Amino acid sequence: MRKKNPAWANVYMALLLLLLYLPVLVVVLFSFNSNPGRTANFLFEGFSLQWYESLFDPATGYGEPLRTSLMLALWSVLLSAALGTLGAIGLTRRPLRRRLLARAGSAALSFGEQVAVLPIMVPELVLGIALMALFTLMGLPFGMVTLVLSHVVFCVPYIFITVKGRLANLDPALEEAARDLGASPMQALYTITLPLALPAVVSGCLLAFAMSMDDFVISFFVNGPTTNTLPLKIYSSVKVGVPPHVNALCTLMLAVVFLVVAISQLYSARVNRRRQVQASGGARI
Amino acid sequence: MADPQVLLSLRGLKKTFDTQEALAGLDLDVYAGEFITLLGPSGCGKTTTLRIIAGLELPTQGSVFLDGEDITYLAPEKRAVNTVFQNYALFPHMNVYKNIAYGLSLKGVGRQEIARRVGEMLELVQLSGYEKRLPSQLSGGQRQRVAIARSLILSPRVLLLDEPLGALDLQLRRAMQHELKDMQQQLGITFIYITHDQEEALTMSDRIALMREGRFVQLDTPRGLYEQPRTAFAASFIGETNLINARAEAVKEDGVLLDIAGFHVPCASEDWLTPGEPLLLSLRAQRLHLSREPVSTPCRLSGTLVESHYAGGERASLVRLDDGQVLHTRASTEGEDLPEIGSQVYVWWQQESGVLVRDDREDVHA
Amino acid sequence: MPKPRMDARPQASREAWAFPMLLYAALFVGLSLLYILGLSFMSRGTGYTAGLPLGGHNYARIASPLYLRSLLLSLRLAFFTALFCLLLGYPFAYFMARASARARTWLMLLLIVPFWTNALIRIYGWKILLSASGPINQALLTAGLIERPLRLLYTDFAVQVGMVYAMIPFMVLPVYSAVERMDWAMVEASRDLGATPLRAFLTVTLPMTLPGILAGLVLTFIPSIGLFFLSDLLGGSNTMLWGNMVHNELLKSRDLPFAAALSVVLLSLTGLVILLYRRMGGKAEGMVF
Repeated sequence: MRKKNPAWANVYMALLLLLLYLPVLVVVLFSFNSNPGRTANFLFEGFSLQWYESLFDPATGYGEPLRTSLMLALWSVLLSAALGTLGAIGLTRRPLRRRLLARAGSAALSFGEQVAVLPIMVPELVLGIALMALFTLMGLPFGMVTLVLSHVVFCVPYIFITVKGRLANLDPALEEAARDLGASPMQALYTITLPLALPAVVSGCLLAFAMSMDDFVISFFVNGPTTNTLPLKIYSSVKVGVPPHVNALCTLMLAVVFLVVAISQLYSARVNRRRQVQASGGARI
Repeated sequence: MADPQVLLSLRGLKKTFDTQEALAGLDLDVYAGEFITLLGPSGCGKTTTLRIIAGLELPTQGSVFLDGEDITYLAPEKRAVNTVFQNYALFPHMNVYKNIAYGLSLKGVGRQEIARRVGEMLELVQLSGYEKRLPSQLSGGQRQRVAIARSLILSPRVLLLDEPLGALDLQLRRAMQHELKDMQQQLGITFIYITHDQEEALTMSDRIALMREGRFVQLDTPRGLYEQPRTAFAASFIGETNLINARAEAVKEDGVLLDIAGFHVPCASEDWLTPGEPLLLSLRAQRLHLSREPVSTPCRLSGTLVESHYAGGERASLVRLDDGQVLHTRASTEGEDLPEIGSQVYVWWQQESGVLVRDDREDVHA
Repeated sequence: MPKPRMDARPQASREAWAFPMLLYAALFVGLSLLYILGLSFMSRGTGYTAGLPLGGHNYARIASPLYLRSLLLSLRLAFFTALFCLLLGYPFAYFMARASARARTWLMLLLIVPFWTNALIRIYGWKILLSASGPINQALLTAGLIERPLRLLYTDFAVQVGMVYAMIPFMVLPVYSAVERMDWAMVEASRDLGATPLRAFLTVTLPMTLPGILAGLVLTFIPSIGLFFLSDLLGGSNTMLWGNMVHNELLKSRDLPFAAALSVVLLSLTGLVILLYRRMGGKAEGMVF
């Protein structure tokens, strides 16, 4: 059995977490600041909800970017879930090939897989510029379409790897048993493999959703004149000064994220405890 | 059993994985209602054979016939053959009821009919009341029963069982062996059973197909396999045996006279014998008797008692013959009169206990 | 002998299902990266266009003190980011993996929330914290430790702090999963064979969790080179990281081929790091948690 951590270890963890949350807490605290100053808003003067009240005023302009970001994340995740899940189904447990031509095809698929997961490792900056250049070359107008296309690029690998890890850990005998009991290959996929892979699909989608909502760099390059995502809006606000509305907005986003993560964590912890189904390899968020 | 009817047959079955030959041409007829066991060490091709019958693997060559119909290339879901997988392969996201009902619901059987038949199956495997449990909440033995029920509910012509008791502890194994055998006799379904456990094969089977390196070494009843092994491999894989080097001095009509370390020992002949050829005589350790005094039977040898220890109902002893060969014996301890270590002893047996076997020990890594 | 019918294939090959994903990746990942590689050898046109003549002139321009200094600064910053993340994050991950199941759920939750929150928001918090009239300076002034506010914001120090801060979850998560997967019986075996706790850690735990450490190093090092918004928000006007260079060339000078060349340099660096990672036995799967 593993031994208990010494007391100083707990102190260390608490300190690091405090450091991790310090900037976040500051943002939350200042969101309730009554100091109306727009630029030098670093003094906490008193409690007020004014920034929340005016946050969704059309004049403040945070509503539209929020809607854009949500739409963008939704579409990106839907498309990525389809591409990534199908990809994982296609590339897990491929049959061994002996004939030369088939072997070459197999090698091509493996190479394609490497390319598909590349966005995890390529710096966002490079990917952003490359996509921007490509869209210019293709003559695509910058806007929602280019944003979705780009977000799918970096969302797919997360879903693909998560789902593939799960599928690879499934006992191949399960699908064989289904076939043996009368299921066609399709029925075996629908009734056995997909339901078992579903938790991985969901966790991959959550991860992709967060990535999409969070993305600044790539959106920065492929954004159009009429579209503005939330991170882009925050960046332009923060770059000029310290607009107090951002505090309120960030606090709200934090609350939502905290809620979503807490629910999913507690849910998966309970499912794990109850079912004791092996967690998929590596995919845990 | 009147006029056994062939249900399943394998003809010239070959399978090659990459360059590895897994099956080297198998022929087998399985009779309706039979309990047949494929027995062999791991890697002998028994699971591959089973998978080809189930349709989960295609043979490189050869055919599988069920009721005279060629099903070699029939998809697994279209065969009236079901499998109990080695680790049961129960669907972890379905409860016991849904696992058992799976095959029927695919066939579009009505809800009530399914409920009725699942109920019957649960009763058969003594798991009534466990419908709502998930596989992860069951013990090994219970999982095994669910796996059997899940296959039996489809009333297969042949049930394939791939080491179904391998994951269970010894006591449960014994109990399940009897249960399975009873179930098979009660339902009259043909079982093709895989195991590497010779004791399990001997107690359960009507016939045993002993396999090695993709071939059937011997196809026989348990008794035939134990009493009349045809090769050194068959003799030593099943039970404890001594393989003694011998030379045929004279081949006669009623038998053959062997020369073993200077003793002249009679033995039943085999049709493949040629005089003068070096031979192997298989002597089961349990069928050997020890004596301090010379014995009158011609089926005897003498040597020095090297080792002897008490092993419950029997005593395990080692006797070194004058030519250096060593014999293991397992004689009953009942009323025993123990010779001393190092003393001269006589080993004797009933003539029919000595069986000449073909020497296939060299082929092991061929 | 008869050819098997298609429906008889016992294990249905589903490779075709991957085609949409592979096609998508080929177009938007493969092609776009090849395209900027090509662009980097072209010359600037009007607006965002590129044209002839072809040549290595963009790369010749990069080999100047201005860009080399920026590259060096970026690499140094990235190196120290990875190092500090390891030094701070490893103990955290290690202790976290040894905590009780309930505590682990909560620690994971606390760790993931900032990771899921917009990076800009978290950087923004540091901006408030570090500013001349911000909480840190306020506290130091009140305590009488300093007389005038310290200049913390808009310095390389601020950028380094911000980077370590932004990247640390990417170190903790892979290390945590490596420690969690480790078989503790091996540590006990090493203790049983006479190793001191420190020696057991160095000879068993550390090597066993090396894959996690490697993944963490790659995951913290690579993004650090390209994070241009971080130095934009926290750094001084002379903190010109590689990312800022690319960003400026593209949006201020509108020189697409040159920006492409700068990106290719960054991409090659990344490739080198990943090659090293692969050589040491790392896998792409090690990078998703």
